[in-house]
Formats: sequence, C-alpha cells, structure tokens
Amino acid sequence: MATVEVTFTPLPAHVRTARLVATAVARRSGVDESLLDEVRLAVGEACSRAVEAHRRHCPAEPVRIEMTDQDQRFVVTVSDHAPTAPARLAAPATDNGIHDGAGYEAIGHDGGSVFPAGFGLAVISGLAEDVRVLSTSSGVSVRMSWPSTAGAS
Amino acid sequence: MDLKLGHYNKDGIEVVDVEGEIDVYTAPRLRELLIDLVNKNNYQLVVNMEKVEFLDSTGLGVLVGGLKRVRAHDGSLDLVCTQERILKIFRITGLTKVFGIHDTVDEAIAAKKSEK
Repeated sequence: MATVEVTFTPLPAHVRTARLVATAVARRSGVDESLLDEVRLAVGEACSRAVEAHRRHCPAEPVRIEMTDQDQRFVVTVSDHAPTAPARLAAPATDNGIHDGAGYEAIGHDGGSVFPAGFGLAVISGLAEDVRVLSTSSGVSVRMSWPSTAGAS
Repeated sequence: MDLKLGHYNKDGIEVVDVEGEIDVYTAPRLRELLIDLVNKNNYQLVVNMEKVEFLDSTGLGVLVGGLKRVRAHDGSLDLVCTQERILKIFRITGLTKVFGIHDTVDEAIAAKKSEK
C-alpha cells in the first residue's frame, strides 16, 4: 500500500498541488534537501504529461500519484489511463545534443508546446537517477525514485 | 505562489519581469504576454527570471516559442537568471546554448546594444 496516494482531476491548476504534496512527502520520507527541487520538478513534469494525455483522451478520468518508501528509496509513480501510443523516453540532452532552436520547430504553434512529444520525460530522465516508464494499451506509468532515510517500515 | 508578470521599456528594449511559478497552468499567461509584445513590434526582449521560483518544460517551451517569434523579425530574447535551480533545467535541456543568459538586466541590455 502506498504511503500517500493522490488522485486529481486532470486540470493544469492541480499539477502545482501534486508537486507540493510530493515534495512534502519526500521531505518527510527523509529525501535529502538538496534533492527536493529535483523531486518537485520531475513529479511536476510527469503530472503535466499525464494531465495533457487525459485532457486529450479521457478528461473525466483522474490522474493518480502513489508515493511509497521502499528499501531506502522514496518511490513516486504517476499513472495515467489515456489510451495512447507508447511514451517515448527520449535521452536527455547533453553538451553534444541540442545546440539551437531548430530542433524544436516540429510542433510549434500558438496553442501548443514547441517541444516534441516526450520532452517532459526527457527532462525527468535528466533529473532523476532512476526512472522507468511503463507503457501499456491502457495508459502510461512513470516510476521515479530517490534515496531516502525511510523505507524499512 | 502564482505567476506575476510586468514589463517596461528601457533603452528601446522591452524587459519582462516574471515572478512566481511557470508551469503548465501559468505558462499560457506568459505566452500571451510575449505574443502581445511581439505583435506590438517589440523584437528585442529581456526576460528577467530572478524571481522565478519554479520552471518546467512547459515554461521552457513558452520561452523558446518567444525566441522563435522575435527571431522571425531579426530580434532576440535574452534571459536574466542567476538561480542555480532554474539554470539547471536550461543546462540539462541544452538550452544554455540557445539563450543568452545574463546576471543582471543591465548586463543583458548592454549585451543587446553591443550586438546592434
């Protein structure tokens, strides 16, 4: 059973709440203060991705976050239920990666992101040392973990 | 906290002050402001991010979108940021090579003037 479980309506306004909850639970689980910004950003990216997927495919379905202490790790799983193409876990950019804005123009328009799909996951993979993306026909789960002092309970 | 936006003109360069959190919820407001400024023929922009507390990929997308718009008019969009937590996301996405990033607004303006 998760230590803390949150479900929320897929609205952008709730992503901030999800970030705040995840950061608070991470702190309580003993995640080092220096990692809390990473937790906040990675969970925010995962929730933003899930919210966008739900808004497109199933706006009535809630997004779910589970936070658990396991083997001295703080584990966060963000799950959506949007039937979509498998999520791509793009490699994070390196010094030899993205050099100018040209690569971002594929999806650019006034209403949407200028970044290609999967960019948020690429950011997560650049932040968290342990990220697993499970993509099935019924949705995508993004599981991330950070070292913590709790977990034996 | 929510997002607070302001802007002013200094030496012919439009400076946008951003305060608070730029995420999937608030980023559309920043996008609208940048579009509005470009539509009013402001193509030399400095976005001051010294009071930004949180920035995600949605916010990055808005900044890159703004950059594309001003570049279409031979303009430029530079950033002011010294906060490590914000600079980190620019680094891991490689965007430090796309934006001019300065320590102060005055430094950003001086850099833009020297480019002219």
